[in-house]
Amino acid sequence: MSTDPYVLRVNGGDHQVPDAYLGESLLWVLRERLGLPGSKNACEEGECGSCSVQVDGELVCSCLVLAAAAVGREITTIEGIAPGGGLADVQRAFVEAGAVQCGFCTPGLLMAVDTLLDDLPDDGSDPDDLTVREAISGNLCRCTGYGRILEAVSIAADIRRGGRT
Amino acid sequence: MTIARTVDDACAALAERPDALLLAGGTDLMVGVNRGQVRFDDVVVLDRVDELRGWRREGDELVLGAGLTYAEMVRGEIPTLVPALAQAARTVGSPQIRNAGTLGGNVATSSPAGDTLPVLTALDATIDLRSSQDTRQLPISRFVTGVKQNALEPGELIEAVRVPVLDGPQEFLKVGTRNAMVISVVSLALVVDRSGRNVRVGLGTVSPVPLRAVEAEAHVGGCIDWDTGSVPDTADVDRFAALVAGAARPIDDHRGTAAYRSHAVGVLARRALLRAFPGSAP
Repeated sequence: MSTDPYVLRVNGGDHQVPDAYLGESLLWVLRERLGLPGSKNACEEGECGSCSVQVDGELVCSCLVLAAAAVGREITTIEGIAPGGGLADVQRAFVEAGAVQCGFCTPGLLMAVDTLLDDLPDDGSDPDDLTVREAISGNLCRCTGYGRILEAVSIAADIRRGGRT
Repeated sequence: MTIARTVDDACAALAERPDALLLAGGTDLMVGVNRGQVRFDDVVVLDRVDELRGWRREGDELVLGAGLTYAEMVRGEIPTLVPALAQAARTVGSPQIRNAGTLGGNVATSSPAGDTLPVLTALDATIDLRSSQDTRQLPISRFVTGVKQNALEPGELIEAVRVPVLDGPQEFLKVGTRNAMVISVVSLALVVDRSGRNVRVGLGTVSPVPLRAVEAEAHVGGCIDWDTGSVPDTADVDRFAALVAGAARPIDDHRGTAAYRSHAVGVLARRALLRAFPGSAP
């Protein structure tokens, strides 16, 4: 049974979703109906984090969000973290550190790191190692071994605080 | 579908359409939906009901809204007031899962591996249920009736979970393959009530429903030196661990064998007891 048409607010714009099945996940709707394939689909059970997006500023797995229940929420995907078409600070940091191999986990990791950096300590200190590891613990990378990802987080934190340009 | 704004809204929708699914954080339900195991054409969405969010203190009791997320359980005063609950919440999934999953959802899913359930069992939590007609309360021991089965009636939802604020240390321990993203192989909560001079132990993932280790509790309760906060005799620590292991009724499954689970829950029991009573003979 299809739902009544509904509207999702994604990356600052309103998107009509007509004729969807009620059980469609936000991930499915983003990728298959709204043409936003940046959020990746792997496990569909919240294990891998490759579909991570922000809903009202909170990091969630879009595969576990019922799309029709996200009406009225502010949804930010990887396509929306760099307004203006350039690279966001987290993206620059991942490039600089070489924190990408196959790239499949990268969009989800970028959303996780972006969320972490939104909540940086006010005293200007770096997030400690445990905090960083916990923040990305829901994002699986099977290529890098995480070393360069941790390095990228440190670079991104520096950029975010204005320590470098 | 209904995106409820108040508990009354949600109850009215359920009274009219008792077959509608209840959706809280979605972290369990959507897995089944994505796999095609759960199909539905009606849902009542609870995550925008403000009354279900947050918590309040009523005397010596905390009333925890069913919509409280795991992330919220590890923030603010909850880690001080109900430490074992905060510890359990921190072991759930990942930040993504903890931002979405809720206490009410964990209780309603009633999985043997539900991480908050051993804590709620050790605390003798009360579940507040509500429908358009009625409110009622059930102890957690009567709410969870089997593997993913519970006493929730059609038209009813979980409004809140009530737990006591106890004077004494609490521990939650869980065995899994790594620190994050682990569905428990075995879990255990130990809470100490200094004023009642007792120790209560809840076990998870070792039976269809969460268990209390009542014999172990009765034994250790008589062995504690409450003035020094210790269990002076090593033999009593051993006996406690053995009684906890004996209380378990585990099965073999893809996450572990029954024999391993019985062994591991004894190890957790000893570790939790020694953490709660650090002056004890090891």
